Amino acid sequence: MDQLIQQFFNWDIMMRAWPMLLRGLGMTLLICAAVIPLGLLGGLLAALASTSARPWLRWPGMALVDLFRALPPLVLLIFVYAGLPFAGIRLSPFAAVTVAFFLNNSAYYGEIFRAGLISVGQGQTDAARSTGLTARQTLIHVVLPQATRNVLPDLISNTVEVVKLTSIASVVSMGELLHAADLARSVTYNASPLTMAAGIYLLMLWPVVRLLSRYQRQIAV
Amino acid sequence: MSDLDRFIDTFLNGAVLARYAPDILRGVWVTVELSVLIVIAGTALGTLLACIRAYRIAPVSFLIVVYADVFRALPPLVLILLAYFGLPNVGVSLSSFAVLFAILCLTLGAFAEEIVWAGITATDRGQWEAARPTGLGFTQTLVHVVLPQAVRMVIPPLTNRAIAITKMTALGTVIGVPDILNQATTAQSFSGNASPLTLAAVAYVVLFLPFVILSRWLESRFAWRKI
Repeated sequence: MDQLIQQFFNWDIMMRAWPMLLRGLGMTLLICAAVIPLGLLGGLLAALASTSARPWLRWPGMALVDLFRALPPLVLLIFVYAGLPFAGIRLSPFAAVTVAFFLNNSAYYGEIFRAGLISVGQGQTDAARSTGLTARQTLIHVVLPQATRNVLPDLISNTVEVVKLTSIASVVSMGELLHAADLARSVTYNASPLTMAAGIYLLMLWPVVRLLSRYQRQIAV
Repeated sequence: MSDLDRFIDTFLNGAVLARYAPDILRGVWVTVELSVLIVIAGTALGTLLACIRAYRIAPVSFLIVVYADVFRALPPLVLILLAYFGLPNVGVSLSSFAVLFAILCLTLGAFAEEIVWAGITATDRGQWEAARPTGLGFTQTLVHVVLPQAVRMVIPPLTNRAIAITKMTALGTVIGVPDILNQATTAQSFSGNASPLTLAAVAYVVLFLPFVILSRWLESRFAWRKI
């Protein structure tokens, strides 16, 4: 028991690792600030393409979404970070993470937005168009607000997944939270910094997870 | 050499592909084995916990909720590193394969519990009320009446989640599980050529694309969002 506490909950080591982890947390938040808006934007475009009436837009849209949903994000990241340099395209870890996450997140957000767009009845579009709104105005002022509201829990739940996913950036030596914690672990030969990182993730994401569960139950009842 | 030739030489080099295809194939086997084990064990665990929660024994339900919340909020890679590097120092030595299986199984179990539980609560109360007076006990009603309907309802989100989590077997690379990605990165550094990575990407797409398409079909068929 004592050994367990020494190994996982060593207070001294946690205190020493704290400044490192704090810097890592900053980087994690920076990555999130870059990849969440980009993913939402890409997802919206992917959803519009894959629900389009034009087959030349719909089929490639759906194919790309399915392709990037089938590829593990880590494979994508390593391909971008370690594969592309062979073709003379050398990206910094941050750029590689942004590109790989953009492709992966756009596919997932895209599927959610697509479900949202489909959930808004055709009657809404017909009614809006008959009042004289253009197709673009109908989309922005009538369809999108309803679509977004209908799939809001899914959007939030996917955003939790994105935040969790930023931890794989540690594999390409991006100095985010998990990388900082793992570095501290290898220096101190003690797992406490990792416990601490887990604690920080938990503190950030548990409230959201709880909120989602409660929200889902309300819909179910 | 033209640009196209150079591109093919770098990403689709026939000689390199032929040389390392057997390694990648061995990786495919590891990934498939892990995925099947994780999906079976994870969904079984989640379903079992959701059923236990149906008995509404407060302290037990509380523990299940805490478990499900923690494993849904924590990135699996954090847990994988924590288990792989932390446990040996307290006398528990697990292989990298076992660590990866255990963590992903627990992660899928947490999500599956929440999803199946949502299905159980979404099942009409009338089903309980009709089944009990026919002489079925609580457990019999749960297993024979409610659970089949709940599971049918939640198959699409469960499939999506199972795909997302089995894809995370690629994280095993970090702790040295000889899966597809691990074989590919090793081959890439030996050959100094990106073709093994291309092959790995193709292998993942071949493995997972059918399931992604299946989940799309399930979603349109069961139309979970209409509930």
